[in-house]
Amino acid sequence: MAITLTVNGQARTVDVEPDTPLLWVLRDTLGLTGTRFGCGIAACGACTVHVDGRAVRTCTVPVSAVEGMSITTIEGLARDGRLHAVQQAWIDHQVPQCGYCQSGMIMAASALLAQRPDPSDAQIDAAVTNICRCGTFVRVRRAIHAVGKGDAVANRNAVANSDAIAKGGNTEARHG
Amino acid sequence: MGEWTRRAFIGAGTLAGGGFVLGIAGLVIAPGRHGLVSADAADKGELTTWITVTPDDLVTILIPHCEMGQGSQTGLAMMAAEEMEADWDRVRIEEAPALDAYANAYMLRAFTGDSMPAPVGRALDYGAYRLARWFGTQATGGSLAVRGTGYGMQVAGAAAREMLLAAGAERFGVPAEECEIARSRVTHAWSRQSASFGDLAKAAAAIPAPSSPRLKDPDAYTIRRTAKPRFDIPPKVDGSARYGIDFTLPGMLYAAVDIAPVEGGRLVSVDPAPARAMPGVAEVVELENAVAVVADSYWRARKALAALSPAYDDAGHGEVSSETIFAAFDEALGAAPEMPADAAQVVTADYRVPFLAHATMEPMACTARVEGGRAEVWAGTQDPLNARSAAANALDLDTGQVHLTNLMLGGGYGRRLPFCFDYVDLAARIAQAMSPTPVKLVWSRENDIQHDYYRPAAMCRCAGALADDGRPLAVGAHYAGGGDRESLFMPYSIPDRRFDARGASHHIREGAWRSVLNSQHGFFKESFIDELAHAAGRDPYEYRRLLMDGRPRFRAALDRAAEMAGWGRPLPEGEGRGIAIAESFGSIVAQVAHVAVSPQGGLRVHNVWAAVDCGDVVNPDSAAAQIEGGVVFGLSAALLGEITIAEGRVVESNFRDHQMIHMADAPDVRVEFIRSGERLGGLGEPGVPPVAPAVTNAIFAATGVRVRDLPIKNQDLSRA
Repeated sequence: MAITLTVNGQARTVDVEPDTPLLWVLRDTLGLTGTRFGCGIAACGACTVHVDGRAVRTCTVPVSAVEGMSITTIEGLARDGRLHAVQQAWIDHQVPQCGYCQSGMIMAASALLAQRPDPSDAQIDAAVTNICRCGTFVRVRRAIHAVGKGDAVANRNAVANSDAIAKGGNTEARHG
Repeated sequence: MGEWTRRAFIGAGTLAGGGFVLGIAGLVIAPGRHGLVSADAADKGELTTWITVTPDDLVTILIPHCEMGQGSQTGLAMMAAEEMEADWDRVRIEEAPALDAYANAYMLRAFTGDSMPAPVGRALDYGAYRLARWFGTQATGGSLAVRGTGYGMQVAGAAAREMLLAAGAERFGVPAEECEIARSRVTHAWSRQSASFGDLAKAAAAIPAPSSPRLKDPDAYTIRRTAKPRFDIPPKVDGSARYGIDFTLPGMLYAAVDIAPVEGGRLVSVDPAPARAMPGVAEVVELENAVAVVADSYWRARKALAALSPAYDDAGHGEVSSETIFAAFDEALGAAPEMPADAAQVVTADYRVPFLAHATMEPMACTARVEGGRAEVWAGTQDPLNARSAAANALDLDTGQVHLTNLMLGGGYGRRLPFCFDYVDLAARIAQAMSPTPVKLVWSRENDIQHDYYRPAAMCRCAGALADDGRPLAVGAHYAGGGDRESLFMPYSIPDRRFDARGASHHIREGAWRSVLNSQHGFFKESFIDELAHAAGRDPYEYRRLLMDGRPRFRAALDRAAEMAGWGRPLPEGEGRGIAIAESFGSIVAQVAHVAVSPQGGLRVHNVWAAVDCGDVVNPDSAAAQIEGGVVFGLSAALLGEITIAEGRVVESNFRDHQMIHMADAPDVRVEFIRSGERLGGLGEPGVPPVAPAVTNAIFAATGVRVRDLPIKNQDLSRA
């Protein structure tokens, strides 16, 4: 069945069973693997994207339920080559460890910040209920507050450096 | 870049990509010296790293360990770049491919040999010894990467520095001693000559590698001890990082699997018809202990799998439950250890901890293609060489016929170590059945929770004898579930110690779980010493430090943590502080937890302060992150973690019934490092062991309730 949705600003038509969770459409049909599979029961948040601006856990949402809606994934969060403030804060505060849950964390945090520009701890606790096994919660909170307070980039050199590293430390290159 | 071969990057010469190889250092630890080996180093195995410098001044350092967020790739690069005097902004890393040449067994042999260079010899500890049994590995575990491989990285960097310096001096026509080297430049100030590493790369490649390069004085470090952003973070914030589960190949099919619920069980029968009738299904693959559905999408494979009703046997374990396992432990422990007759007071206590799952956020995943007696495998593992062996075994191939590409790991914590490659084994077998079509196997969370290699459940029966003045005369423990020299160590002056392992076997698969046996014994030891302090009528912090004569590192860490926490300052009713200390993987970590318990028994862990002595700190911010993470990981287990067994199988299946802590439950964690100058200790694991006892000791201080069984959620903390 052909279903059309808008993904990261582009209209995409996919031909899948209507009960296919949005997660698998994003990952396997559209190749947007930045949205992660963690539990399949909407308990961990690794699969969080924005649907019409709201944070939604995609592993239990049938693609048919979001037909015609606008979806933003982690790949679509940066604009015009500039990282979203939350992504930048994640680098500034060196938040990710294994990083697997962080796409979902960033999507949950950015949806919260869009709604509440300077959230309290309680608001963060209520809105960001994603699981992180590496234990990055301390830094997730710190980075959200930094964005909320409008803190400028904490360490410009560090950021420039890690940006350059990102290009040089290409993890795919080694597959040769 | 073409296929990596052992020889292509050995010795000096031209890189396939057009740059120049400056130097490649294979480090062989030999008694009493370190030597850099040249052209045939890789053929002898055990290549540590190579360093290339290209004409554009980029320094690229190869890292023989995987990155799972612990930051050791960046730390290792810092150690090499520091010695090399490289400009950090122009340093890049690459991860070693899964070839025998990069086996890091040298690291393990170094720790276990009779003779070894002093800097390495000092790093001897039990964690390394345990890993050494996995000889021939390319492992990342045991909190070993930086402290084990780091020395090799330093020597390689120092050799590169000496070669570049010599090349510069030759170019300038001056003695090397008159030249300076810093930030990727060699300079001769007097003659105002200067050349960059890139300029000198080709000439340096022709200079013989020094056999014993000199290492820098730590006081002269400019890269180490400063916070450097990790290389692996930028791709983790924009979705571009590729984990094992993200890998795809053209024409690939997807597999979902159902595994015999009781470990050791076998597939008895399955009617494949319901799955075969569903759209996109290519095959139903029956395996010895599992059934897999292969389809053209993962979702279709999952749905079709759910339509099957496979029958398995229970391998005779159908009567086993958590109760029977702990009852067997209890019986094996017998009477409490005997204590000296002249004791003024004898204290006894039993402790118990459950099985725990690793629950990495990325479920196990592996892609394989089997064709014509060869196989290619893609997965995230903590040991690519052993994962390759697992695939080879499954397919009855030689390891040389299997090529494995290690991808990023969405969490490890021990789950992806050697002997835990069931997901690689299954993927290989399924791909063999589908040969030559490549297949990606993705585990469900239910597969993952129910088919882990669990942290062993354990019980400990302790006894302690106190003298009139409250000092312990003797402590003893009977324990079941494993223990070793490191995990049983207590840093206290207690003249008489009696530890006795009691076996009680069961069929549940066990493995290394972040901090391994220290996760159980850290809780047992630091709970019991707290109980002794209470029996002696002493403050638990003062009592510990009193018993630390001759152990200044422990005492300093304990003091630091107490000071950070404001130990002794009055707290409101229902709040308390608890302290605990543990050495593991060469690092000493003291923690203080501050908790609040409501009258109804609601527990909140507000703060954890950690003082860490890991010798020296390579990358301070990244090091702190590891301790923060260890605290949260250990706290999640202490509060909520429990795998229970019923009818021989694991009861829990997903994050609804196997809960983890969230943002709302996470304490504020503060970390400080004590730079003792002692040997480097690990950081990935040592944050874990003290947190459970710090919290339960704090609960005791707040409520008078002594929690002796984990997880804490099972305890009634209310003050009715």
